Amino acid sequence: MTMTDNRPNTVIGTRLLRREDPALLTGEGKFTNDLNIPGALHLAIKRSEHAHARIIKIDTTQAKALPGVVAVYTGAELQSLWAAPMPCAWPVTPDMKNPAHYPLAVSKVHYVGDGVAAVLATSETVSRDALDLIDVTYEVLPAVVDLEEALSDKVILHEDLGTNASYTWPLLIESTPGCVEEAFKNAAYTVKERYVQQRLLPMAMEPRAIAAVPQPFGGDVTMYSATQIPHILKVMAALTLGIPEHQLRIIAPSVGGGFGSKLDVYAEELLCLALSRKHNEPVRWVEERSENAHATIHGRGQIQHVELAADKDGKLTAVRFRIIADMGAYLQLVTPGVPLLGAFLYAGVYNLPQAYDFSCTGVFTSLTPTDAYRGAGRPEATYAIECGMDALARKMNIDPYELRKRNFIQKEQFPYTAFSGLTYDSGDHALAAEKATQMADYAGIRKQQKTQNVPGAAKRIGIGMASYFEMCGLAPSRVLASLNYGAGGWEAATVRVLPTAKVQVVTGTSPHGQGHETSWAMIASEKLGIPIEDIDVLHSDTAIAPLGMDTYGSRSLPVGGVAIAGACDKVIEKARLIAAHQLECAADDLEFANGLFSVKGSPDRSVPIAALAFAAFTAHNLPDGLEPNLEAQYTYDPPNFSWPFGTHVCIVEVDVETGKIEVLKYVAIDDCGNQINPLIVEGQVHGGVIQGLAQALFEEAVYDEDGNLKTTTLAEYLVPAASDVPSITTGHTITPSPTNQLGVKGIGEAGTIGAAPAVINAIIDALSGLGVTSMAMPASPQTVWRTIQSAKK
Amino acid sequence: MKVSITVNGKKSEHDVEPRTLLVHYVRENLGLTGTNIGCDTSSCGACTVHLNGEAVKSCTILAAQADGCSVDTIEGLSKDGVMHPMQQAFMENHGLQCGYCTPGMVMAAIGLLNENPHPTEEDVRLGLEGNLCRCTGYHNIVKSVLAAAK
Amino acid sequence: MIPAAFDFKRASSADEAISLIGQYGDEAKFLAGGHSLIPLMKLRLAQPTMLIDIGRITDLSYIKDGGDHIAIGALTRHMDVEKSDLLKKHVPLLAHAAGHVGDAQVRHRGTIGGSLAHADSASDLPATTLALGATYIAQGPNGQRQIAAKDFYKGFLESALAPDEMLVEIRVPKNTGGWSFQKFNRRAQDWAIVGVAAWKNGKDSGVALVNMGSTPILATSVSAALASGASITEAAELAAAEAEPQSDLNASSDYRTHLAKVLVRRALEDSSK
Repeated sequence: MTMTDNRPNTVIGTRLLRREDPALLTGEGKFTNDLNIPGALHLAIKRSEHAHARIIKIDTTQAKALPGVVAVYTGAELQSLWAAPMPCAWPVTPDMKNPAHYPLAVSKVHYVGDGVAAVLATSETVSRDALDLIDVTYEVLPAVVDLEEALSDKVILHEDLGTNASYTWPLLIESTPGCVEEAFKNAAYTVKERYVQQRLLPMAMEPRAIAAVPQPFGGDVTMYSATQIPHILKVMAALTLGIPEHQLRIIAPSVGGGFGSKLDVYAEELLCLALSRKHNEPVRWVEERSENAHATIHGRGQIQHVELAADKDGKLTAVRFRIIADMGAYLQLVTPGVPLLGAFLYAGVYNLPQAYDFSCTGVFTSLTPTDAYRGAGRPEATYAIECGMDALARKMNIDPYELRKRNFIQKEQFPYTAFSGLTYDSGDHALAAEKATQMADYAGIRKQQKTQNVPGAAKRIGIGMASYFEMCGLAPSRVLASLNYGAGGWEAATVRVLPTAKVQVVTGTSPHGQGHETSWAMIASEKLGIPIEDIDVLHSDTAIAPLGMDTYGSRSLPVGGVAIAGACDKVIEKARLIAAHQLECAADDLEFANGLFSVKGSPDRSVPIAALAFAAFTAHNLPDGLEPNLEAQYTYDPPNFSWPFGTHVCIVEVDVETGKIEVLKYVAIDDCGNQINPLIVEGQVHGGVIQGLAQALFEEAVYDEDGNLKTTTLAEYLVPAASDVPSITTGHTITPSPTNQLGVKGIGEAGTIGAAPAVINAIIDALSGLGVTSMAMPASPQTVWRTIQSAKK
Repeated sequence: MKVSITVNGKKSEHDVEPRTLLVHYVRENLGLTGTNIGCDTSSCGACTVHLNGEAVKSCTILAAQADGCSVDTIEGLSKDGVMHPMQQAFMENHGLQCGYCTPGMVMAAIGLLNENPHPTEEDVRLGLEGNLCRCTGYHNIVKSVLAAAK
Repeated sequence: MIPAAFDFKRASSADEAISLIGQYGDEAKFLAGGHSLIPLMKLRLAQPTMLIDIGRITDLSYIKDGGDHIAIGALTRHMDVEKSDLLKKHVPLLAHAAGHVGDAQVRHRGTIGGSLAHADSASDLPATTLALGATYIAQGPNGQRQIAAKDFYKGFLESALAPDEMLVEIRVPKNTGGWSFQKFNRRAQDWAIVGVAAWKNGKDSGVALVNMGSTPILATSVSAALASGASITEAAELAAAEAEPQSDLNASSDYRTHLAKVLVRRALEDSSK
C-alpha cells in the first residue's frame, strides 16, 4: 500500500510552517542550560594541557579550600563509581584494540582536554575559579599527531595495547580472485591520488549541557542532556554506572544542533549522574566554547589513498582504496565504525564490476577522539570517488560530466544489486545530473572559460560537479549485526487517539532542529484524516517515549517516520473492527478515507474515527475480545537502507594573485524520494551544503606538533557567517523509495555529502590551465596560492 | 555592586559581582533565558541584545557597564502574543532550525533594519557577519530578513 | 567564559580616570568599550584586578572640525566614526575603515581610542590613522602631550602610553586624496590577514599595513618611491620593505609579504581612480 493509493494527499507534500518555531523565536524554548534547577551543584572539569603525559600528582588542597567548593575529585578517587569503562558500541573487528576509557583519566592523559579532576561548587563561577587552584604535576610524554607517524608505533599511546593501530577492516570483493590487480594491469587509464580529510570541529551552536537531578524517592535520577540520543544514552549509562535502567530517565530538552557531536555518551554525562547520586543533589554542567573544542568529539580525520582503473572509454573496471582513519585518543560510542559507514560507497553512483578493494585502518593519536560528524564516512567516500573521477577525466582529457555519464548506474537498472551485494533501492543519476548542469548553465560556463581563463588572467572561473549516493536511514538490524554494530536499527512509534479525538504521536526519534514535531504530525494527519492541529508529537523523554533509537544518520524519517505511518495503520485497523461492529458489516466492507469509515457502496453508512476513539474509550460496546482504547505501538525495522542521491554543481572564481575563492553559484539537485515537507527538505539541504562547503573552504582543526589544538575558539575555527557564503539554488527530482510505504529517503546529510567534492572540483577546474591537478582542504587563500605557485614550477 | 538595568521596559536592580556579564545578568538574575551563549570570543552573536536600542553582544559587556541603561531581549519582542514582524518572517521563511542562534540572529536582524531599512541581499549578508548559525546555511535567514524589510 | 574576579570603578572624567589608575597601578586597566579587553578576560588570558570604566566619560565622545584636521574624542565608537558626515567629507578613508572593524555589534561598543591604545597590529584603525599621519593626544597626571601615530606603536600590544596615561583625542589631518582600504580576510568578521590603508594625491601618498608585524607598519619606501616617480607597480614591490611579517594559522610570512605587495598595488590603483 502506498500513501497515494486511496487517500488524497492533502497534508503531505505541503510547505507547512513549523510548529516548533514560536517557542524558539520568542525565547520560550528551553535548552538544557535554561532549566531552573534549585540547589544544583555546578560541575567543572580540570583538563589536561598536555597531549600525552603521566599524571604524577594532583594537588586539590587549595581548590577544596575555596568558599563555595563542595568537593574536588581526581580520577583515581572516582574510579570505584564506574561499573565499566565508557562504551564503544561498535567493535568493528573481533581483534579491535580498545583502550579502557574512564570519565576522568587515572594515571595517564592522552589528549589535551582529557579530564583529570572534577570540581563541584555552589555556583558556576566558583567552579571555574576552583579549576585555577588545582595543581597537576605531569611527566610529559611525546605527542602523536600525524596519522602515518602514529602507525609507525615509535611512540605508543596506550602501552597495554602494544600498538597505535586499533583495527584494520578489509572489504575485498572480487568476481574472481586477483581480478582487481588484473584490472589495474589491463586498464587503459588509472589514477592514483592521496586525499586528506582534515579534522573538523562540529561546532553545534549550543555547547553541551547536562543536569542530573536525583528524585526524592527510590534512588531514581532524571538527567537532562543536550543529546541526540536519550534512549541509547539511558542504556549505556545504566551499564557504565551499574544503575538499574528503570531508575534512569533521560530527557533531551530543546537541543541546539548536533551534527553527530551529540551522538555520544560523554564523560560529563556519567560524572553528573554519578556525582548527583553520590551527593544526593542535582549536578549540572555547561560546556564553554573553547572547552567544547577539546572535549566534544571531532569529525573526519582521514588519509585516503585512491586508485581507479578504467577501460579506454573511461568505464570503471576496478577501484582500490586504502584509508587511515584517525580515532583520536580513545574510542567513543561509534568512533571505529564511522569510516566504515562509507566503506560501501567508494564506487559512488557508478557501475562497477565485482572488483572492489577497500581497507581501512583505524589509528590512535593523542588528539580529541573523533566520532560521527554530519555524513559520517559518506562525505569522505563521496569525496574520494568524485574527486577521483575528475582526476580520471583530466587524465583522459575528457569532460568530467561526460565521464560520469558513461559510468552512471542507469535508471532502468534499479533496484540495483551493487558489487557489494547491497541493493540500491531507486535512482536516476543521469536525470539529477542533467537538471543540475542545466540550472548551472554548465555548457555556458565551459564557453566562458575559453575567453576568461587565458594566460595571465587575474581571475579564473571553474565549474565542478559531484554526483552522490547516500546510504542512510540506519538501518536494517541484520545488516548492522553483520557489521558488528552493538544495537539494532529499528524505530518505535506509538499513536494514541485520545477519547476526544486528539492524537498523541510518540516517537523514538530525538530531534535537535529537524522539525520532527511538524513532519510527524503531517504523517499522522494524512494517515488518520485528523486535522493536524489536533495532533501532538511527544519525544525525547525516556519516560514518555520509552523505546527509541534516536536521531542520526538521516534515519528519522525513513525509519521513525515510517514507524509512525505503521502505527497509524494499526490504529486504523483496530478502529475498523469497532466500525464494523457498530455498522454491522464485515471489516473488509469498510473503506477509510479522510478520517471516515464508510461501507463500500453505501457512503451514508459511515462513522468517523473520532467517534470510534470515544467508543474505544468507554468500551461499552466493543467487539468481543477487543481491548479498549485506540492506541497502537509499532516498531519498524527497515528492510534496506534508504539511498538518496543527487548532483551538486559549484561555480567558483579564483583570484589567481591572492588565492581567494569566490563561490559564484551553487546548485543542489537532491532526490530524497517523496517529500513530506519541502520547506524542511530545502532547509536541510541549505544547511548541509554550507557545512560541506565550509569543509572545502574554511574549516580545519589545526594541531601543533605537541598536540595542542590551535583553533579552540570561533575566532580561530572558521565557521562561516552569512557574509562568507553564497545563496544556494535548490531543486529536486523525486524517485520514491520502493522499500517503505511513504516512499521516503533521508535528507539530513545529503547536502554535506555533495558539497565538498563539488567545490574542490570547481577550484581545480578553474586552475587546471595553470597545471593545478589537486587541491587540499580547506582551500584557504594561502593553500590555493601555494598550489598555484608550485604548479608553475 | 548594585546595578540597575531596565530590561524589556521593566526596571531591575540586583547586587552582582563586577565580573558579571550582561548575558549572565539577564539569564540568571532575571531568568530571561532566551538570550543564549554560544562562544567565549564575541564571535557567534547568539547573545545579541539591544542596549539603548542598538544591537550588542551581551557576552562582551559587563552588567556594570549597562548600569542605568535599557536593554531589550528576545522575550520583549512579541506584544500581546503577537510576534514581531521579524519573528514572523523567520517563521514564514523557515529561517531557523535548532533555534539556538535564533534569538541573537533576530535581534541582530532588527538592529540591521533599524539602521538600514531597505537592504540588499549583500547588505543583509554583510550586516549579519557577526552572527553564526550552523543549521540553516543562512539562505533562509537572509530571505527572512529581506522579507521583513518589505 | 567567566573572568577572574576584579574590582570596578567608574570614572566620570579623564582626570578622575588618571588619578584612579595612578592609585591602583599595574593591576588596573582602563575599560572603554571593552571589546578588546573583555574577550581576553573571559578566556582568563588577562586578569586585571581592577577595571576603571572610562566608557561614561561622554565629553570624550565627539567628532569636530579642527581646521586642518578632524578631532575625534578617544571614546567615540566605531559606528559613530563610520557614520560621521564630517569624516566622510574630510577623511573618508577613516570612516570607511571604521566600518570594517569587527561586526555591527562590536562597532556599537568598541571605541577608536580603545582600539588604538590596545595597539594590536591586526586591528584596522591603528594602521589607518598611521597612514593618515594622525596625532594622538595622551593625558597623564602632568597634563596632555601629543604623540605622532608613527611614534606610538612600540611592539606587540605595546604603545608609547605610560601606564598612567590615557588617550583622549585623535587628530586626523583632512585628506582629500584618492584612497583605498583593502582588508583581506577569510571571513568578514575576522581581523585582516593583511590589510592596507592608503591614500594618494599626486605624488604624495600614505600607505600603512595591517597585521604585517608586531606593530602597524608605515610603508615609507612605497611612498618614497612614488614621490620619486616610480610607477604604482614598481612602488608596490616595496610594500613589505619595512615589515617583519609573522607566520600564523592563516598565513606564513612569505605569503603575507606577497599579499602586501598585491594589496598595496590594488590600493594605489584604487586610489588613483
